[in-house]
Amino acid sequence: MSVIYFLISISIVVAVFFLVAFIKAVKSGQYDDDYTPSVRMLFDDELIKKTKNNNQISITEEKQ
Amino acid sequence: MTFVTGKMSKIMDTSTCFHCGTEVSRQDVIRFDEKDFCCTGCKTVYEIFSQNDLTCYYDFQSAPGATPSDINGKYDFLTDDKIVTKLLEFEEASTHIVSLYIPHIHCSSCIWILENLHKLQPGIGSSQVNFPAKTVRITFNPDQISLKTIVELLSSIGYEPYISLENYEGDKHKIDRSLIYKIGVAFFSFGNIMLLSFPEYFEVEEFWINQYRGFFRWLIFFLSLPPLVYSASGYYVSAWKSIRAKMLNIEIPIALGIIIMFVRSTVDIVMDYGQGFFDSMCGLIFFMLLGKLFQQKTYNFLSFERDYKSYFPIAITKILPNGEEEPVQVYDIVKGDRLLIRNQELIPVDGILISEKASIDYSFVTGEAVAIEKKSGDKIYAGGKQIGKVIEMEVLFSVSQSYLTQLWSNDVFQKKLESQHKNITDRISHYFTPALLLLAFVSFAFWIFINVDTAFNVFTAILIVACPCALALTAPFTLGNVLRIMGNRKLYLKNALVIEQMAKVDTIVFDKTGTITTNKKTAITYEGNELNSEELYLLKNTLRGSNHPLSRRLYDYLPPQKKATVTHFEEITGKGVFATVEGHDIKLGSSQFLKHLSENTHKKTKVHVEIDGVYKGSYVFNNQYREGLEQLFDQLSTQYQLVVLSGDNDGERKILEKMLPTGTTLVFNQKPEEKLAYIETLQNQGKNVMMVGDGLNDAGALAQSNIGISISENVNVFSPACDGILDATQFSKIAFFMQYSRNAMKTIYMSFGVSLLYNVVGLSFAVTGNLLPIVAAIIMPLSTITIVSFVTLMSNWYARRNYR
Repeated sequence: MSVIYFLISISIVVAVFFLVAFIKAVKSGQYDDDYTPSVRMLFDDELIKKTKNNNQISITEEKQ
Repeated sequence: MTFVTGKMSKIMDTSTCFHCGTEVSRQDVIRFDEKDFCCTGCKTVYEIFSQNDLTCYYDFQSAPGATPSDINGKYDFLTDDKIVTKLLEFEEASTHIVSLYIPHIHCSSCIWILENLHKLQPGIGSSQVNFPAKTVRITFNPDQISLKTIVELLSSIGYEPYISLENYEGDKHKIDRSLIYKIGVAFFSFGNIMLLSFPEYFEVEEFWINQYRGFFRWLIFFLSLPPLVYSASGYYVSAWKSIRAKMLNIEIPIALGIIIMFVRSTVDIVMDYGQGFFDSMCGLIFFMLLGKLFQQKTYNFLSFERDYKSYFPIAITKILPNGEEEPVQVYDIVKGDRLLIRNQELIPVDGILISEKASIDYSFVTGEAVAIEKKSGDKIYAGGKQIGKVIEMEVLFSVSQSYLTQLWSNDVFQKKLESQHKNITDRISHYFTPALLLLAFVSFAFWIFINVDTAFNVFTAILIVACPCALALTAPFTLGNVLRIMGNRKLYLKNALVIEQMAKVDTIVFDKTGTITTNKKTAITYEGNELNSEELYLLKNTLRGSNHPLSRRLYDYLPPQKKATVTHFEEITGKGVFATVEGHDIKLGSSQFLKHLSENTHKKTKVHVEIDGVYKGSYVFNNQYREGLEQLFDQLSTQYQLVVLSGDNDGERKILEKMLPTGTTLVFNQKPEEKLAYIETLQNQGKNVMMVGDGLNDAGALAQSNIGISISENVNVFSPACDGILDATQFSKIAFFMQYSRNAMKTIYMSFGVSLLYNVVGLSFAVTGNLLPIVAAIIMPLSTITIVSFVTLMSNWYARRNYR
């Protein structure tokens, strides 16, 4: 049953790991803007299509 | 049926601009690429996007754009390295980063196009939008592209950034995230301690549990240290401060409760009396911090601290003696300089007009929408905006000595008003704290004759259970919720304290121009002989050529007409217009100009009309009062003393007296400092004053009053420093907001009752010496949940009941 020392220690270590991860994420400013990423996430499809098109046209049509 | 036909006819003769959504009549539409545009500006933006294959812009939102404004020369100051360095957020050889505030950001299309800027312009590395704050952060290579080019590019696609003197001052305040860290730490410990305490809650006298009891308890002890030391640190500081200030605020019993809990629990596990109250302690800290977070509703896109610096440009064009033009930083402007002010540019200093004439829009300052005509030699004041042609002026005073900016040297703006009033929780705790301490000592004195051990138990138990968690949570949760509800209804308050202040107001002072009148459109009425359609047609064509502000407004007001050839056109400054259209002579303007002496109406703004020598009548420009003004004042007059404070002459005294309830004080001809002094006088009479204003000239009064509410037509753009910003459309709802703030306080008192009830229950356990850890662990969260749901329900109910 002394395995309980081991198991509880692991559980605390895992919890501490998540706490550190959380604090790091807050510190880096990830939670400062909670709206834009949700919109940005939906753009990806257009971007891929666009870059394809762009490669063909950009040579001829470069803005000034 | 009628609705359908109405809509049909609308479709017939108008169409909406594909880019900006403005309605345009069929004949003025610009067709391009099978799409309709209202002007070449919008068309150009579309062309830029379609050439660069970015037409996806129009897919996320229909007509998301803005018409690009004319910025010719406006950003010349961005060639000055000193200014650019001040604006940059990060600067290194090949990488520059700049954050720009763009008021137009409003939809997902905006995010998309701004984050694809690198496709429009090589040299831009990446760009990231912060939507709530309406900023875009652009990384660029200064060898390939300059900041000026970027700003001009943004302006050319309708996203003109807003750069003001405030950016130049540039002390970028750091965001304080410590509360989030504290909550994170507290929640970590709270959760883990709860889990580890579980076996002991059930008190199973079992071999295995007994064997590992010590390990569990000491682990819990160590887990409780971070919340005790770090998360709760704010309460110790605040309690210590209030003891030193000889005040009894709510933080004292909280700090005392936390410390006693920890000491008693430590003693418990050291002496092996029991498991202690570590779980309740961490829970308490966690919930109270959560309450703090909930109260902290911030509106990222608003600023409540604006002064003239956020309105004034960074630099302006100076004309050197040899005739050359050079951008000069506004702080470097000295007396005698010659400045060039372009269309829509703000005049940063007081001076004398050198150009022949100017029309200056002082709406930032006074809220008055009609531009004022100035002639050569006239004095012009800082804060005005030139509308029309480029003008030249000579400087009389430097920025800090100008008429308007001097207002900011008043003491009101210097001292930071750290809430000098006691908030509601502190007032309650003024009675609660001594009562609690008394009870603890009396019980201790009672038990000490019976059993010393129990006496200590009871003493600590009382302080633990009475730790006013629910009491301390009541106000933050109620006010936080009310703050959000008011925000949804478009009254944005600076913080929760303002609501308490609002409930105490007994005098409301309104500014006149721009506050109780709208500055959007002024109603125009016609007096005199009815004009037929032929005459309207002539009139409209005459007005087309005139740049006078009244002509522009009248032009917009008249129904659309066909174009006609104007054979003769003459505009006499300060008088009117004389024109010949298709053989008819048309004269428009003041009564002296038309030599028509009407009855005593010189206080009204009028444009008289004469066609072919026959006097027809006049257009009267009424100062339009906001909708619902009369009802609002009627509602408010029952409970508040009302004052209207105006910077204008008393031309409208009669109208206002008739419209507003008797007892409303009307004060005219007030300069900005006089408005401030007036508020001060009221306060000296013991009044709690709320000021409702708008322009920069109200800034002093807004700062002096107990609460300053600023009315704004567009909350994203301008408002002077204040405690709250009210969207102009909600003006008639002021009575609701006042009533609601008082109901919020009522809710708080009711919930104080509920939380005291919990305290009585908890204390009855404590006084008799029966407080088990599990009882504390149940009562504490239960009371929190009850209080939070009670105040949320009540405040939502009040919000719905009084809102019409």
